[in-house]
Amino acid sequence: MTAVEPERIHEKEVAIQDGVDISGHWNRMFDERVIWDFDTSKLDEVTQIEGAESLGACYQCGKCTPVCPVDHVGDYSPRKIFRKTQMGISLLQSADLWLCTTCMNCLRVCPKEVNMIKIMPAVREQAVLAGNAPTELSQAFENTFRYGNPLGEPARKRADWAKDAGVPVPILAQIHRPVDILWFVECYPAYHPRGKDAARGLARIFHALGVDYGILGVEEKCSCDSQRLAGEKGLFEMFAEHNIKMFSKYQFNTLVTADPHALNAFKHEYPKYGGDYSVLHYTQFLAPLLDRIPFKKSLPYRVTFHDPCYLGRHNGEYEAPRRLLEAIPGIELTEMARCKANGYCCGGGGGGMWLDSFSRPHVSERLSERRVREAVSTGADVLAVCCPYEISRFEDAVKSTGNEGKLIVRDIIELIDESMRG
Amino acid sequence: MNIIVPVKQVPDLVEELEIKEDGTDLEREWLKYKMNEWDESALEEALQLKELHGGTVTALAIASGDVDEMLYTCVARGADRVVKITGDFEEHHDSHTAARALAAAIREQSYDLILTGVQAADDLDGQVGVLLATYLGIPHISVVSGIEVEPMTHTATVRQEYAGGIMATFEVDLPAVLGVQAARAIPRYAPVSRVRQAMKTAHIDEVDATIPVGAGITVRRMFKPESTEHAEMLEGDVDEIVNRVVEILRERGIWRA
Repeated sequence: MTAVEPERIHEKEVAIQDGVDISGHWNRMFDERVIWDFDTSKLDEVTQIEGAESLGACYQCGKCTPVCPVDHVGDYSPRKIFRKTQMGISLLQSADLWLCTTCMNCLRVCPKEVNMIKIMPAVREQAVLAGNAPTELSQAFENTFRYGNPLGEPARKRADWAKDAGVPVPILAQIHRPVDILWFVECYPAYHPRGKDAARGLARIFHALGVDYGILGVEEKCSCDSQRLAGEKGLFEMFAEHNIKMFSKYQFNTLVTADPHALNAFKHEYPKYGGDYSVLHYTQFLAPLLDRIPFKKSLPYRVTFHDPCYLGRHNGEYEAPRRLLEAIPGIELTEMARCKANGYCCGGGGGGMWLDSFSRPHVSERLSERRVREAVSTGADVLAVCCPYEISRFEDAVKSTGNEGKLIVRDIIELIDESMRG
Repeated sequence: MNIIVPVKQVPDLVEELEIKEDGTDLEREWLKYKMNEWDESALEEALQLKELHGGTVTALAIASGDVDEMLYTCVARGADRVVKITGDFEEHHDSHTAARALAAAIREQSYDLILTGVQAADDLDGQVGVLLATYLGIPHISVVSGIEVEPMTHTATVRQEYAGGIMATFEVDLPAVLGVQAARAIPRYAPVSRVRQAMKTAHIDEVDATIPVGAGITVRRMFKPESTEHAEMLEGDVDEIVNRVVEILRERGIWRA
């Protein structure tokens, strides 16, 4: 950028306005500085990427900044990202590219529809192709590519959790019959120790309700929605093709999943690849069956509920999880200030699950830690969740914020299961 | 700078290893394979050298299992050419056979540098580079962790790291075989869209290398570590345990007070 060129400075030697002589340097005028006078190359670098065009629509109103969960613990928001590109900072080279959790709270308030949910994966894809993805994220990609799950667990053990469910868990390849529900278990419920607790709980609930269902077992691979949002489109496409092929082998009416990220993929992305299904999150599936759930024990808990970004804002479901919680005998539900459409993000979405050490130098604390403090401030003794990313994130955050003993984290499945078991 | 990188696959430890009934090999039916991590470092170093000096990188592998997928991954990472060596050798050959096959295939190629992984996790033999250099009649340096190439003098300066933080620097005439311990950067990630693109468009050249079976190593017995003795757990209150520790130290002659 240069200073104003002399030919753009206008100053009349003699200026008379309405009969008053206003000659002198105070009548100096400058040409209007048009947008092209700024170096737009770094902005163009982003907006020329297919899917990332809308960053150019930002008019700097700043509505996104106060609702951006990352700005609460750092210095970040779509407005700031736009401004930095104007100032010549390349988003492709910046750590900013990896801090967005694609929680979508900015898009909710943006009058110009600057869509980070499309911008981030598109720009990240270019960075991934150029070999600039953070190492820990690449490791999660590599694990997913090799083993079908980002945790790096053996593909052969994908259904091992079911052995300890205490009830039979039908595997579609073995039962040779059509089912009503294809339960897509997904990676964290299949492998993470706390995810498995919820998976086993859901199997018991399905069993108690007599749900006609089956799982894919070792034929299932990651839905890959978070990998897609983190920029690995090729990986997503490969796995979407695989899962769609597996779904086509079996007859079922509805896909049910406990993972809102898988829900999002099945609802909005898989149809683009020929996989169009009736899909429900488990809370949506169970809510209409509430009066059939055989609750036994009253649970004397004061519970607050964390809305998963990919169930709430992304897919518009706020009521089903609340209906389930309110139906559990003994539970008193209390809301956090930031809830429903303005729910605060846990930090795990959009690849955040696999960027913890990358993000740490750029934030004062983890999003999950900020959220746990908010949950504790409500006086609740249980933080209820219904996304498999959240259980481990919040349990870690309870410990790291020194709130152990004050708050426990439970999937809604676990609370229902606990009451049912008596 | 034309660089050849021989690569191979080793069992992926994500699955538990089982030993075949005859006790001389792994039960390979359910094994999953991955690229040998030292070979990944050799490839990364080759790609970095290419970025600095230009030229080409050729990845070379002996045909076995799902070697094609590994070679396509090499293309996705930036290899210019991939070659598969076919011939009449056993699926799981030793270093001697591998070196002969590689030498037979490489002899016909033009190259400035051959980078091998220093060893592979499945046999820890570390002999492929040594034997390959011998068969080709060119110099070899192993356990290398830093390579600088001087195109003008057609030499390379390489570093070896010894125990205790001692470094050695060598100068070697090219062409040479270098056994890579570590590359200058973490081996790059191969984006899946690139791998898939490579699967559709890249061509794997095939070279036939019929070679006499080399005298190599024979596995006599393969077994999981066997526990012979267990640790003695000391029980009791602090005083009892401390007294027992003192007693043991005296018994063993470690403490003579």
